[in-house]
Order: sequence, then C-alpha cells, then structure tokens
Amino acid sequence: MTSDVDLSRRHFLIVATTVTGTVGAVLATVPFISSWKPSARAQAVGAPVEVDISKIDPGSMVAIKWRGKAVWVLHRTPQMLATLGKIEDQLRDPFSNEPQQPAYAANEQRSIRSEFLVLVGVCTHLGCVPLEKFQPGDPEVGADWLGGFFCPCHGSKFDLSGRVYKGVPAPTNLVVPPHRYVGDATVLIGNDSGVTG
Amino acid sequence: MKSERTPALERVTERMHALLIWIDARFPLSKMWREHVSEYYAPKNFNFWYYFGSLAMLVLVLQIITGIFLTMSYKPSAAEAFASVEYIMRDVNWGWLIRYMHSTGASAIFIVVYLHMFRAVLYGSYKKPRELLWLFGMLIYVALMAEAFFGYLLPWGQMSYWGAQVIVSLFGAIPFGIGEALVEWVRGDYFISDITLNRFFALHVIAVPFALVFLVIAHILALHEVGSNNPDGIEIKENKDADGIPRDGIPFHPYYTVKDIMGVAVFLALFSAVVFFAPEMGGYFLEHANFEPANSLKTPEHIAPVWYFTPFYAILRAVPDKLMGVLMMGAAIVMLFILPWLDRSPVRSIRYRGWICKLAVTLFAISFLALGYLGLQPVSATFTLAARVFTAIYFMFFLLMPFYTRWDRTKPVPDRVTFHD
Repeated sequence: MTSDVDLSRRHFLIVATTVTGTVGAVLATVPFISSWKPSARAQAVGAPVEVDISKIDPGSMVAIKWRGKAVWVLHRTPQMLATLGKIEDQLRDPFSNEPQQPAYAANEQRSIRSEFLVLVGVCTHLGCVPLEKFQPGDPEVGADWLGGFFCPCHGSKFDLSGRVYKGVPAPTNLVVPPHRYVGDATVLIGNDSGVTG
Repeated sequence: MKSERTPALERVTERMHALLIWIDARFPLSKMWREHVSEYYAPKNFNFWYYFGSLAMLVLVLQIITGIFLTMSYKPSAAEAFASVEYIMRDVNWGWLIRYMHSTGASAIFIVVYLHMFRAVLYGSYKKPRELLWLFGMLIYVALMAEAFFGYLLPWGQMSYWGAQVIVSLFGAIPFGIGEALVEWVRGDYFISDITLNRFFALHVIAVPFALVFLVIAHILALHEVGSNNPDGIEIKENKDADGIPRDGIPFHPYYTVKDIMGVAVFLALFSAVVFFAPEMGGYFLEHANFEPANSLKTPEHIAPVWYFTPFYAILRAVPDKLMGVLMMGAAIVMLFILPWLDRSPVRSIRYRGWICKLAVTLFAISFLALGYLGLQPVSATFTLAARVFTAIYFMFFLLMPFYTRWDRTKPVPDRVTFHD
C-alpha cells in the first residue's frame, strides 16, 4: 500500500507543536519561580528603622534589628579611632574599594560621623553574627589584637571599622547599611536619601 | 496435601486463587512478584555488608510514617514552630516517641546509607554495567541531604536557624551578584524568616519525599535489570544452568527476605536503644543549642552541622577562600558521582585488587571519618591544618584513581563465587 501522507507537512507540524508546547511549559514556570521572591509583605516589613544615638556611651555598641538582621551602632572613642591607621597592611581591603558600603562611607572610618560606626552584624563569610572583642589583646583572638570583631563560626576577624583581616575565611569587609542622620541624636537605618559622599 | 484440607478451607483457597487470576488479568501482580521477589536471583554469597540496602528502605518508610504523624501536630510558622515541637514532646500522646523515632531515623538513615555506599566502593558495585544504578543511588543521597537540611530548620531552634543561615549563604559565594539574588530567592525574604520556614516545610514534607520515593523505585528497577553485584565482584549471569538460572544465584524470596528480616531485627534493637535511652546521642543527633528558640540577633558560640554533613563542612572550612571553599565542597560530592568512570581496574571487588587499591580505600575511609570528626570541632590552627591534609587525601583518592587502579596488580578472579561451607 502506497502512502499518500505528506511527510514534510507532518514533520513541520510535529516540530511546531513541540516548540509551542515547550515554550508554553517553560513560561508556565515563571509564576511559580517568581512566587519564591520576597512577597509584598516581606518588602514592606523591611522598612527603615530609627536609632537614638544619644544614649550610646563612648566605647559601647547597640544592636537593633533591621530586615531581621543585627545592625550595630558603635560609638567609638578617640583611642579606638586611633587604631584604624595602624593595621592597614594586615587588612584585605583597607581603603574600602569593594562595594560593601554606600559611597559616603568609603573612608577609613567607614562612617558619616567618624565616632559612630553603623554596620550590618552579619559575617561576610557565611552569615554568622561576629562577637564584639573591643579589648586590645583579647585572649581568644591574640596578644597583638587592637580590638574589633571576631566571628566565632570560622574565625574571621574585623577591625573597629568592620574591615576584614587578611588570612581569614571572610572575603570582604562587613557591610555598612544605607543610613542617614535625622537631627543630632537619631540615625535612620535603611534610608539614605539626601546623603552625599 | 489437598485431601487433608477441610472442605471449608479448600473453598477459601479456591476463591483466593480465583481472585488472583482475576487481578492478574487486569494488573501484573504475580508477574511483578516473580520478577522482583520470588524469581529475582541474587548471588548466594551476600555477606554482612548487604543488609544496608533493605535497612535504608526500612528507615525511609519509618521516616515517612513518623513524619506524617508529626505534621498532624506541628505548626510551620516562626511564631509557633518551636512551641509546637514542645507540645508534641509533652502533650501529644506518644508524641515524644514519634518525634524521637523521626529524629533518630534521620541519623540512622545516614548511617545505613554511608555503609551501603561504602559496600559499593569495596566491591566495585558502581562499575559497568551498574553505573546508572550508582547514579540513582547518588541522587538519592543528595535528595536525602536536602531532606535532612530542610527538616532541620523545622524545630526552629538556634541551631536550626543558624545552620540554615550558613548553608543558604553558601549560594552567596557565586559571583556577579547572582549569588546574593539566589540567596534572597531561596529565603523569600531578607533573612531566614517565617516565609523561609514555611517553604522549607513544604519541601520537606512533599517535594523531596516524593522525589525520594521515585528515585528509590528507579534504583531498584535498575538493580533488578542488571542484577546484584556480590563480594567477589563476579557476574553470576555469565554462568547459568539448563533452566537459565544463575548457578550462583538464589531466589530473593525466601532466602534474602529471611536474611533481611534478621538484619531488621538487630537494627530495630539498636534503633530502639537509641530512641529510648539516648535520643539526643550526647548532642550529636539532637544538638544542645537547638533547645533554645531561634534568635536572629545571636549566633550560638559554636555552629556545627549535624554529624552526617561534617565531612563536607570540614572541607568547606579548610579552604581559606569563600568561593573556592564552596566549590571544593561541591566537588567532593561530584567526585562520588563520577566514581564509575574514574575506576579503571579490570576487577570489581577489593578481594582481587592489589595493595595500592586496598591502601587507597583505607586512606579514603580514614580521611572521611577524620573530616567528619574535624567538622564537629571548633576552628583552631591545628585542626585547620589536619582538615587540609585529609581534604587532600580525600581528593587524591578520586583524582589519582584512573592511574593507580591501572598500575595496581590484581589477582585472578574465580569463575564461581567463593562460599564458606
């Protein structure tokens, strides 16, 4: 029996159906994949937070929560600020070249006002919260320690500007979140409109 | 025999037989039973190492059953999860038993799966024609790790929280901003939150178990297609009798069903001992920090994953670079996947390999155990150095395998399996 089937027409229809079906199936995954992104509510909850800095004593630090992460505001003493220039050769990124901070904090103090350091308290290695080790020569960190932050998970070290030391697992400095001062005694974390470097 | 039966019993037997014929005309019940159980011929020389496949299935079933009952009392929300686990432990009738069976089962399945995998390494069970069988097994292993990871967040304790934080952050090592976006997508939030917990719950109770069951079926179908390997690494199908039955094969049922039931009895005795007398296993099965509710502002002093992840965690920590550490950890798993193509030895079983392969397998086993130990310890200079040495040995076992398996002097392989009778 001879076939009167138009094979090229059949071939075209098979390819066209397969391609259309595949494209449709792929497009149908988009809503499902997008549904995993932060929802409208999650985005709204991530709004800016105010911190009263007049109550932070020199040499001490407060931790607040912004977007579920610890954000630190450290009131640095002149002695603490004096350590920053001494260890540049031991740091991986002493001049804050990596984009770990807004442009207005890309300086040695990594801050707008030098005495107040605002940092996200999340280790840049794997997200643990580093411990405050402000005492020079802290026994857990080492005799030549000038003070800073020490991550208990994998031993990463950061100075009093949150700059990472060489030879530790964390690749970059701690993150400075966007922030701005509202009046003299308040810092707003999560919003920096109007601040210029 | 038939004449001794009472007429009533005979009628029941006849009806049952008629029912079976009715079913077999509509569903291949008897055919499947013969193919996979009563006429599946397995080598007659299986030893102790061959218990762990059936035990892995047993624990998987236990995990599914206890898991179903746990979901009936557990609340997958950040506000209620921790308290609902306490509720299961204190107020639900026998809830403590169901939960301890589930938490002990998580460790138990990794113990039997690691032994099952090591058996395959010893006897070359991954070699041709069992490569796909091995790959399905590896996929099961990866799915089990995912299942354990998602499940570990659910109690919403401090170690749940920070373990998830560390492991999710691993994806952040991917450069060009892809990593950060990926981490945010996985969490569904700017931190590990209620949203993350809720989706991990869905993955833990539906998505991964579903995949696991499919993979186990594929693993067994592949096994029954190629036939089981054995401690001698001989292909029993190459020596068949006049009926086409392997001379060194015995039907799975009743011989290995009986053997496996013996293994099940011993296993359940040990399993019960842990469930009833040491469910926390000194902090290794249930970590102490996890008895404190999750707190996103405070990291526990010392974060260690549960013991079954620690060999890979030790590799991650041994590398002083974030991206490289993550890549090495991934490579440690990839090595296992490509094992069938790295082994160039002409023989399968360790019994007929030379001293180089025996030494390599020994060093590999030691380094895996040592890495597992080091991954549990806090960071120190000595331990980091040790972890680097054992990481190097771990990778050398695989990367040098194409060479030393060819150089190694093998012994002649017998035609028939050796047995001790």
